[in-house]
Amino acid sequence: MNHGQTQPATVKERSHIALNNEFLRKAVKFTTERLRNGKKKASEEHGNWEEWRERGKQIRLHTIAHLDYYLNQFVENARANGVHVHFAADGKEAVELSMKIAASKQAKSVVKSKSMVSEELHINHALEEMGIEAVETDLGEYIIQLAGETPSHIIIPAIHKNRYQIAELLSKEAGETLPADTSILAGFVRRKLREKFLEAEIGMTGCNFAIAETGSMVLFENEGNARMVSTVPKTQITLMGMERIIPTFADLEVMATLLPRSATGQKLTVYMSAITGPKRTVDGDGPEEMHIIIVDNGRSLQLGDPEFQELLNCIRCGACLNACPVYRHIGGHAYGGTYSGPIGAVLTPALQSNVAEWDDIANASSLCGACYEACPVKIPLHDMLVYLRNRKVEKGYGQTAEKIGMKGFAAIMSNSKRMRSVVKLGQIGQKLVVRQGLIKTKIGPLKGWNSVRYLPSLPNESFRERWDSLVQEVKNENSPMSEDIRTRMEQALKQRENGGRSHG
Amino acid sequence: MKVSLFITCLSDAIYPRVGEAMVRLLARYGVQVEFPKQQTCCGQPAFNSGYWDEARESARTLLAAFDDSDFVISPSGSCTGMIQHYYPKLFEKDPVMLEKSKRLQAKTYEFTQFLVQVLGVTDVGAVFPHKVTYHPSCHGSRLLGIKDEPMTLMQNVKGMELIPLPFAEDCCGFGGTFAVKMSEISAAMVSEKAQHVLETEAEVLVGLDMGCMMNISGNLMYQGKPVRVMHLAELLYEGVKLA
Repeated sequence: MNHGQTQPATVKERSHIALNNEFLRKAVKFTTERLRNGKKKASEEHGNWEEWRERGKQIRLHTIAHLDYYLNQFVENARANGVHVHFAADGKEAVELSMKIAASKQAKSVVKSKSMVSEELHINHALEEMGIEAVETDLGEYIIQLAGETPSHIIIPAIHKNRYQIAELLSKEAGETLPADTSILAGFVRRKLREKFLEAEIGMTGCNFAIAETGSMVLFENEGNARMVSTVPKTQITLMGMERIIPTFADLEVMATLLPRSATGQKLTVYMSAITGPKRTVDGDGPEEMHIIIVDNGRSLQLGDPEFQELLNCIRCGACLNACPVYRHIGGHAYGGTYSGPIGAVLTPALQSNVAEWDDIANASSLCGACYEACPVKIPLHDMLVYLRNRKVEKGYGQTAEKIGMKGFAAIMSNSKRMRSVVKLGQIGQKLVVRQGLIKTKIGPLKGWNSVRYLPSLPNESFRERWDSLVQEVKNENSPMSEDIRTRMEQALKQRENGGRSHG
Repeated sequence: MKVSLFITCLSDAIYPRVGEAMVRLLARYGVQVEFPKQQTCCGQPAFNSGYWDEARESARTLLAAFDDSDFVISPSGSCTGMIQHYYPKLFEKDPVMLEKSKRLQAKTYEFTQFLVQVLGVTDVGAVFPHKVTYHPSCHGSRLLGIKDEPMTLMQNVKGMELIPLPFAEDCCGFGGTFAVKMSEISAAMVSEKAQHVLETEAEVLVGLDMGCMMNISGNLMYQGKPVRVMHLAELLYEGVKLA
């Protein structure tokens, strides 16, 4: 979505736009397929993937359960390393802190490596208002910055654009027509960004992981731009979500196994930098001054909430987006927030504690569970989507028509005789609309369904009506039960008494 | 041992033939299925929409209907999943119903789970000389982990050519109320799923959840494509009669 432009208010309207954009749908399908195939291959090759996932989950659960302890440890160690550590309760504070540092350095230019937190805070906008140039140096981020858009994917910000659209954008920047050849386009951006790295007074980064035992911050990237951002400018500002903590370097090994494989199918990320404080006298490079701003901005709302605390376990790999069949068709902007896909559908409303918006985005899911299956730390996003819908209803934000419908559902389904009568009514009433055994009308609630489908008609006899005659017919067909089957059934019963049957 | 059929509201009203195939197939193994008539619906449409009071009213009919059953079997991975995963959540504040939920949870099986895991049947002796493709429904395969059971049963059907469905694990776009509320997204999903079914050139699409089957077949019929859509229980029973 373009900055400053108002986007449609509902996910339905926004997805309508996306569904009618063939370029977008093709580009998103192409890249998400590549990524999820890569993930599948990499996780199978690595082996014992389920055990790694479980290990990742346990590390994240433990850390978040003791977040106060590990945050303190991290801050103490980082300060001992000479880092200026700041806390920001919300986005506004984080922006103000960044601006203050920028002002004290009389900065005219900031180079940035990819950071979803900075997107969440809309920091580029704030920098530009102060007359400071903010340059994104991740290729995808650079592209969408030129286009005046926001990222439509957590790790592939320009996933919705194809190379011809990108060539057009970069040609405008270059002042000459560049061919839609990826190496030529990347070469142009590389040359352009070199100048920017050398000019900038401040380098701004995100943070993939923060290691409590050493006070180090760790960046995963593929282009080397984050390393430039964190070594060339004299001052470094790192924006870090307060949940990015892991206890030790040993835990980083697990994360380094899970993150690149889940994100892109890479065994290793191309550059992994662990930065422990500013440049020391013995160091050849690095910033002279280093700031870490630890951002809450709605995260602590999830702490202590049994239904949503696991959201803080997310390592921002984007695997749930790549696996999601809804994202596949509508892309990221349709979700309307900084974070898109299944994680965004839960995280965006959760961070804003905004009940009124909850149901809308949470409804854009068929609850198929592909997100949970893809998640390297096993966050039950499909359950959280239902919890969101439930909270909206509990707080009285349900839609009137739906409320009435659900009351009707309960009235019918709480009593089997009533259900039978309703089915009977349907069997008779449908005669008005059934043609060749099918219902094709597009009126009323059938409009959406029947726009691409037909509905089967109800047979004259429901199963419960059929039952009495069926049971008589089958009586004559019954074979005697074999010993083997009887034993197996009895064993199953016995096992159950001993608490033996586990679920899913 | 009392084996009860949880027919599901959808199969009850629209696909009674699925319940009939299950009952007849199991009779061949001496399993006499009974059908408690006070059952209605698992409550999923209300639960997934966030209306949990309403979902509880519906769920109570199942807890009552199957209170004295030893095994409860259902032709739907989704409705079974509702019982397995969400009944304890739904009744977490009601100790009596929570206990009942946990008992129901332990004795409820999706049809192929019961056939393969409990009865140990992997070859029903069916013959089905057709090209078939299989859509693994999300709740059955992801929530319940039903993957090998249907595969084993199908591989043992003689004369049947099982053609892998491209992007098989992708949701068909049904999602219950999702198909109505988010009809445009759902339409995109089902159209793609149907396209993949057509690419296999299979004569028959088979699955374990009639919600998904109704969705995909609805689109195939809309396109005028003569692909037959069946529940695996129907296919197996028809195959047994052909053998």
